[in-house]
Amino acid sequence: MDFSVLLQDIPTLLVVILGVPAILAAYIVGGEFLVRRLPDKNRPQVRPWIWVGPALILVTGYLLLPALGTIQQSFQNNEGVWVGFNNYASQFADFPTGGAWIAIRNNVIFWLIFYTLFTLAFGLVLAVLFDRVRYESAVKSLIFMPMAISSVALGIIWIFMYSYAPPGETQIGTLNAIVTFFHHDPVVWLQDQWPSENFNLLNNLALIGAAIWGITGFAMVILSAALKGIPGELLEAARVDGAGEFTVFQRVIFPLMMPTIVVVGTTLVIFALKAFDVVYVMTSGNYNTDVLAFRMYHQLYTAGNNGHASAVAVILLIAVVPVLIFNLRQFRAVEARR
Amino acid sequence: MTVAAAAQPSAVAARFSPGWISQLLQRYILHIVVIGLTVGWTLPTIGLLVSSFRPFALTKTSGWWTVLTPLQFTFQNYTDVLAQSNLGQAFFNSFMVSIPATVIPVTIGAFAAYAFAWMKFPARNWIFLALVGLLAVPLQLTFIPVLSFYVNQLHWTTSNLEATGIPGLPWVPLWLAHAGYGLPFSIYLLANFFRALPSDLFESAEIDGAGTLTVFFRIILPLSVPAIASLVIFQFLWVWNDLLVALIYVGGAPEVAPLTVNLADLTTSLGQGSNLLTSAAFFSMVVPLIVFLSLQRYFVRGILAGSVKG
Repeated sequence: MDFSVLLQDIPTLLVVILGVPAILAAYIVGGEFLVRRLPDKNRPQVRPWIWVGPALILVTGYLLLPALGTIQQSFQNNEGVWVGFNNYASQFADFPTGGAWIAIRNNVIFWLIFYTLFTLAFGLVLAVLFDRVRYESAVKSLIFMPMAISSVALGIIWIFMYSYAPPGETQIGTLNAIVTFFHHDPVVWLQDQWPSENFNLLNNLALIGAAIWGITGFAMVILSAALKGIPGELLEAARVDGAGEFTVFQRVIFPLMMPTIVVVGTTLVIFALKAFDVVYVMTSGNYNTDVLAFRMYHQLYTAGNNGHASAVAVILLIAVVPVLIFNLRQFRAVEARR
Repeated sequence: MTVAAAAQPSAVAARFSPGWISQLLQRYILHIVVIGLTVGWTLPTIGLLVSSFRPFALTKTSGWWTVLTPLQFTFQNYTDVLAQSNLGQAFFNSFMVSIPATVIPVTIGAFAAYAFAWMKFPARNWIFLALVGLLAVPLQLTFIPVLSFYVNQLHWTTSNLEATGIPGLPWVPLWLAHAGYGLPFSIYLLANFFRALPSDLFESAEIDGAGTLTVFFRIILPLSVPAIASLVIFQFLWVWNDLLVALIYVGGAPEVAPLTVNLADLTTSLGQGSNLLTSAAFFSMVVPLIVFLSLQRYFVRGILAGSVKG
């Protein structure tokens, strides 16, 4: 590979590295310049829209309009004929094993609980523990590393980790090598329906474990940034007053980090609801590991059924509403404290 | 009262064992836990790293931990990836995609987050909530409507944009798409950090007659460096590792396609390319790791210290 190619296209390099930030800076400086030309009483009415404008336009174009289009299509068939709630009816048919029920169960019970709680807990514990050692940046980088791996590579790593060979043969999967070392029969991690056909926790947890491994670096980095934002004097003061380390964590660190924990938790809940990559790469939704985002993808691109795909997507969006209500209350509380 | 509280824990400890033993033990337990967790967490990555240096045939018959008995070691998987034509170009393209696709949503997101956190306007909380809700839109859903708008309304196809000869233009659809997809998270994260800044800061700045721009660039941004640094890291590596969005909006033409598209082609078109998956994964990990390591020094304590007096 010839790295001189990185310098060959100087005009593109300049446009991209200098031009883009220049345009963004020019926009906000120019916008403020115009706002200041307005009469005093109009400025507070116009100024916010200058600042949120570009973001709202982009988000409307790339997310809001497609989402609204989806809601509309969820009431239509492929020919655009209005079919009422038929698409939803077919998704909600045959409780508990038909339609979208398996995917709903996996998302709303398994992924939501295990993925969110474990990632938050790991992220918080690691951020707090690492804060106290001098080699913090080294261990943080190692925990962060899975974040830098693409989702396909992540799936492949874990297919290797979970790889299965019948009892007696050489195990090439790390986990089954450990299991057989303790004289237990190897486990078919990605297919095993333990504890029962209707509540197959094990293989779902196997997928969720891979996803947790990949995302914990995210929670750790943001929580660690919030931890660093807590003034050192505050912690010192608590320690001088005789508070033990656990009390400092419980009474000082944790409450001060709460807003960030809510942000990370909300993001993780949403990630849990739209989980896709790991399922797509590792099981393709087989063995009762289907999730809503994969079901939607499958309906849209494999089955070619727009209406069904849209209905699944709308179910996913509705599942987020409780999280939004929680957030609304949270930031009203923050505002009340000002 | 302070003295009594401070004396208490050591008195309790003395009853069980000399203070220095429990202290020593505590200190070691911390290191054992930290190092143990880190090693356990890194194990799957080590497995992949070791596999990437093993002959492919062997990875199918024995575990990666047997690499030393007998010693099996090869650079073949890496030389095969590096021998790939267009790799340099793809590397260049990845930077040209990732840098603006990080700068645009972080900057525009910071503008918007400032307004959401510290300006008053109608329906502010509802718009903010809608943004958080849009985080949940599965991206796969937006590809078809956005792409048909690009092609049918704007005539933004890679060949049309290349024909204008303006440098960087062929990536504009991809930059804007990544910006649109990345903005809800940018705004959500930054607005929460901005909101947590002490309001005394702004009041004293306003008394001093500072304008909105000055407050934003001189107070808000410097105080939010850890949040912005973490956002830059995530947005950069999401874009850098993205295959799907790039494939949809710029396609596989070698003069514009980023590294992920190139490597995906490599591992599928050669049929038995799965031997290159391990080395390709490490190859594409290098840049995000450098970004992470170089931004890590911004995660320091005490940026806010002393910013508010009395």
